Amino acid sequence: MSKLTPVLSAHWDQKDSFTFSGYKGNGGYKALEKALAMEPDAVIQSVKDSGLRGRGGAGFPTGMKWGFIPQGDNKEHYFVVNADESEPGTCKDTPLMMANPHVLIEGIIIGSYAIRANHAFIYIRGEVAHVIRRVQQAIEDAYKAGYLGKNILGKGFDLELVLHVGAGAYICGEETALLDSLEGFRGQPRLRPPFPAIAGLYARPTIVNNVETVASVPSIIENGPEWFAAIGTEKSKGYTLYSLSGHVNNPGQFEAPLGITLREILELAGGIRDGHKLKFWTPGGSSTPLFTDAHLDTPLDYEGVSAAGSMLGTKALQIFDETTCIVRAVLRWTEFYKHESCGKCTPCREGTWWLVQILKDLEHGKGTPEDLDKLLDLCDNIMGRSFCALADGAASPIISSIQYFKDEYLQHLATGGCPFDAEASTKFVTSNVGGVK
Amino acid sequence: MPFTNEDATIIDSIISRYPRKRSAIMPLLHFAQARDGYVTKESIETIAQKLDLETAEVTAVASFYTQYKREPVGEYHVGVCINTLCAVMGGDAIYEGLKEHLGIENNCTTKDGKVSLERIECNAACDYAPVVMTNWEFYDNQTVQSAKDLVDGMRNGNPPAPTRGPNKLPTWRENSAVLAGISDGRFGEGVSAGEPSLLGLKLSKEGK
Repeated sequence: MSKLTPVLSAHWDQKDSFTFSGYKGNGGYKALEKALAMEPDAVIQSVKDSGLRGRGGAGFPTGMKWGFIPQGDNKEHYFVVNADESEPGTCKDTPLMMANPHVLIEGIIIGSYAIRANHAFIYIRGEVAHVIRRVQQAIEDAYKAGYLGKNILGKGFDLELVLHVGAGAYICGEETALLDSLEGFRGQPRLRPPFPAIAGLYARPTIVNNVETVASVPSIIENGPEWFAAIGTEKSKGYTLYSLSGHVNNPGQFEAPLGITLREILELAGGIRDGHKLKFWTPGGSSTPLFTDAHLDTPLDYEGVSAAGSMLGTKALQIFDETTCIVRAVLRWTEFYKHESCGKCTPCREGTWWLVQILKDLEHGKGTPEDLDKLLDLCDNIMGRSFCALADGAASPIISSIQYFKDEYLQHLATGGCPFDAEASTKFVTSNVGGVK
Repeated sequence: MPFTNEDATIIDSIISRYPRKRSAIMPLLHFAQARDGYVTKESIETIAQKLDLETAEVTAVASFYTQYKREPVGEYHVGVCINTLCAVMGGDAIYEGLKEHLGIENNCTTKDGKVSLERIECNAACDYAPVVMTNWEFYDNQTVQSAKDLVDGMRNGNPPAPTRGPNKLPTWRENSAVLAGISDGRFGEGVSAGEPSLLGLKLSKEGK
């Protein structure tokens, strides 16, 4: 039996998987009919019972979040989808929306019905034009079919859905920055509490869920929460998309039960690229502390990864082999955080700037061993001292890389420069296509 | 270029999408780029007027997001992913190769106005690394040579089609309209998914 469980990706190999007729042909929008025949609270209960947790990184129980929306408060409620996929290494929502935008829309309608929202938004990153085309068309087709708009399926439920296109700011993937951006401001995180469930978009009760989370809802309604809860591990229920990239023979998307290990996924993917060995990897994007070959058998669920000192995050498995310089890799991620820091909080804005300066020197063999202590000290003053988790993310690769590869940092100082050949780590070297040599 | 009645109709329809009009600022800025290729002073003033904001408030938003350009970019805006994974897999070599080949620096445009170059962050296509974007369309699994061929095609008026996208590469302004929510009807072109996206599905069908 296959270790994989394609649900969201089950029909991506069909030529018309992204069209309304293709989705309907595969049984789409049946869960919506079922959900609209249920009481909204029963829908929330089903999602609670399924054990679904947020797939955007934090892993918060989805049904519980939906239950936080105050009911009978005579206020507008909003349902917002975070489709601003930008965490380095993360590449699951983008192919999902390109190949099957309707499953997301079906999930949005069900979720909005459950929390009694009559207005929903998809906040999508602006750098994916073709995905934007497909989601926009899917929304239009759903309106035409009577799944959006007034009196959906004759059940008296109204829902307007708007696609909102971002403009290149990583920070807008943070839910409160996303809401500020959607309100027409610079995307900067808000201080919490109040949480969005109490005061979100336009200060109204708002749910913000990741694309994959929302897209998982139709399968739960259709097959029942028990079906979903039977997949995965004790506290991490269901299937999920793992995105494998980097120095492997066959990168790609693997939809599997939570708890699968990197060793198992690598076996499916034909292993690390030939003639090389695993050096370090991220379990869930660059903001999750690095792992090494010692973590090949760590169960990739929320608890397993956390117990091993990192975070499941977005399940973005970026694989680097022994040709990769750890200092170069960490410097580049740090430059990213510096570039994407919104500037609101001083520790993050100033701290990431200093981290880059020190790491740049180290990469060029300049500095002293004490600079490693300075890096860790800076990280200590950045982590947990800002409004949002961007600063924590910036510290993660630095702290974990010094933990596992301190000698390699010191080697840069001893040799007065980077001992690695950057060309050896490129894809061209092994594929012999093009190349820099 | 003054705003026409047709522009005003589009602006009003964008504003009408939202419960509160200030929310329309981002699609309006995308529309401004569809109109002029970048965000002009005139656009800022028009958007401010339409949304009852000060021009400084619109400028504050426009200057926060990197996709809004304050000066013209090329007809084809080329973004090379230089975040860690793509950089290591060859993005750094591709960027250096293009810089030399085009004779321009980061965030600059060739003299013929055809191609501009930008170092971009992760674009959510890591299983296709190294990735180059043009006008926010995907060019997957690039090499230094394929990227040079790509920009040569742009300068000769015949760029290759995106790997996962429409059959013909749209211009910067055409795609800015798509980002503003104005459909070009090309959603049906191109593949449902590329090979790496389908790998797990394929293996599961083989019982692996």
